[in-house]
Amino acid sequence: MSLFRRNVNGARRHPMAAVAVIALGLIVSGGGYAAASAAVHPASSATAADTQLVAEGKKLFLGNCASCHGKNAAGEVDANGKQVFPTLIGVGAAAVDFQVGTGRMPAQASGPQMMKKTVQFTDHQIAALAAYVQSLDPTGPTVPDAKWLDGKGDTSRGGELFRVNCAMCHNAAGAGGALTEGKFAPNLSGVKARHIYEAMITGPQNMPVFSDKNLSPSDKRDIISYLKYLEKNPSSGGYELANLGPVVEGLFAWIIALGLLVLITMWLAAKSN
Amino acid sequence: MSDKPKAIKGAANASDEFDYSAGLAVIPADKIEDPGLEPHHVRMTDKSKKHEKAAARQVALLFFVSIFGSASALVIYFLFPLSTTEFGPVRENTFWLGLAIALGTLALGIGAVHWAKTLMPAAEQAEARHQTRGSEETRARAVEIIKLADQESGFSRRKLIRRSLYTALAFFPLPGILVFGDLGPNPGRTLRHTKWAKGVRLVHDPYGAPILASDVTEGSVFHVVPANINPDDEDYLEQKSKAAVLLVGVNPEDLTIAPDKKGWDYNGIVAYSKICTHVGCPVALFEQDTHHLLCPCHQSTFDLNNGCAVIFGPASRPLPQLPITVDKDGYLIAQSDFLEPVGPSFWDRSIN
Repeated sequence: MSLFRRNVNGARRHPMAAVAVIALGLIVSGGGYAAASAAVHPASSATAADTQLVAEGKKLFLGNCASCHGKNAAGEVDANGKQVFPTLIGVGAAAVDFQVGTGRMPAQASGPQMMKKTVQFTDHQIAALAAYVQSLDPTGPTVPDAKWLDGKGDTSRGGELFRVNCAMCHNAAGAGGALTEGKFAPNLSGVKARHIYEAMITGPQNMPVFSDKNLSPSDKRDIISYLKYLEKNPSSGGYELANLGPVVEGLFAWIIALGLLVLITMWLAAKSN
Repeated sequence: MSDKPKAIKGAANASDEFDYSAGLAVIPADKIEDPGLEPHHVRMTDKSKKHEKAAARQVALLFFVSIFGSASALVIYFLFPLSTTEFGPVRENTFWLGLAIALGTLALGIGAVHWAKTLMPAAEQAEARHQTRGSEETRARAVEIIKLADQESGFSRRKLIRRSLYTALAFFPLPGILVFGDLGPNPGRTLRHTKWAKGVRLVHDPYGAPILASDVTEGSVFHVVPANINPDDEDYLEQKSKAAVLLVGVNPEDLTIAPDKKGWDYNGIVAYSKICTHVGCPVALFEQDTHHLLCPCHQSTFDLNNGCAVIFGPASRPLPQLPITVDKDGYLIAQSDFLEPVGPSFWDRSIN
């Protein structure tokens, strides 16, 4: 009888206690992350007229960018001649549209890499900034024509070009990957066609430049079409596990699958109560 | 419970039936005594009718879940038909079918184990191993049979047959040596040379367009193969995997050029073998700003502006540089083959 009592009333933990603890941990950490992600500033609105775009861009530039890039947009050079902040003369409207349009600029803090964040300007303000930077050196790359961005190119050719030119950093599925010293090639899923094109043509941060002589506008259209195709067509091989390859798959197999097997084995060997 | 387990309680008090020599096994002086079986554990289902009934219901429920899983698999097979033109449905079909079959199998197994653990008799039983040594009688009979066989076959008596058999068996594996020798030709000079040669144009991988030096702007990266390899060649992939080159445009002022490699670049355009000197992965992760070239396999990092010197990771040598120049039309060409073998180390890396 003592055995009976101990088993029923003396049990210190409910069998589901471990599951409950794990679930609670996931909810707390996930909720915290969501709250942190949501803490962003809404973009201010602009009502400026469409005329005098360059003048308006200059005003925005002086107010928001000049503290780092300099009043004349030539960047800043330290005492040793090392460029601390890059010059914007010649980077072109495409670079501005990419950097500001993806929220990488204005930068929040210096670090290994400028991060994508909520866009700080309206489309009109971005166009004004781009027009101003383009006016500094008209030879810089411009915002691409919409006909290259329709995603209706040759996806299989685009896939081949992507695997040769891009996949080593961005991963064959465009899921991104690590570089040196904290830098990384970002995930390309969900990136606007225009921004993909601009990144290729301007080579932001550590990305090399893929000029039109290297990958023609039609090549770029094919690559964008391939990436857009990937977004719409999930892997036929099952759950992608973020497409990060054998490390993630191995981790999943070792921790989740093997963990389940260990639990089943423990249950098999345990005596029934 | 009256059925006391029959267990061996160590060699000292074991019955004669199980008392036999340990053979070659080492028996430590301080060996751990066999603790025997733990006390019998009385289950709830043995004591309470209510619990017994509940367990029976659980087992049956698990079997019903299994029926549900297997039946769903039948429905799912038709619900998510495979397509001959699309890949997408394969994923849906495999996922749901797998889930349903897993449910059918798992519930069946868990039900069976739960049944055994809760409702079937729980009395412990131990069955000791029988002695491995045969009885004297059996052993004597075995020797008798062997001797008879020897006598009848004449194996010991007929020396000619015995010795010729031994010789035949010795010769039997010799042809295998020749066959293994055919497993591969010696690599010869193939590890030391690539298709690059004086005047061979650098062309785009994979479509083969030649490259004008003026198109390689600062910060550009081109993935390049020699113009003299053709996808129709028998050894195309082999040649491509050796000759793959990364072409990068940098500011000529930023380049540090070793005295013996002067004139190998063309106005700041440099060409390096893409094959890592560690174990041969394609090194192609180029960081424009830091001019680092990173190998994705083991994170060997090369400084492109400084002759691709190793600055991190397991690679032990810089990436081999391809000397380049331009032809009269302004297209980039090789000055020669690589002047050292590309790729990982091997037994003798002399160029000849």
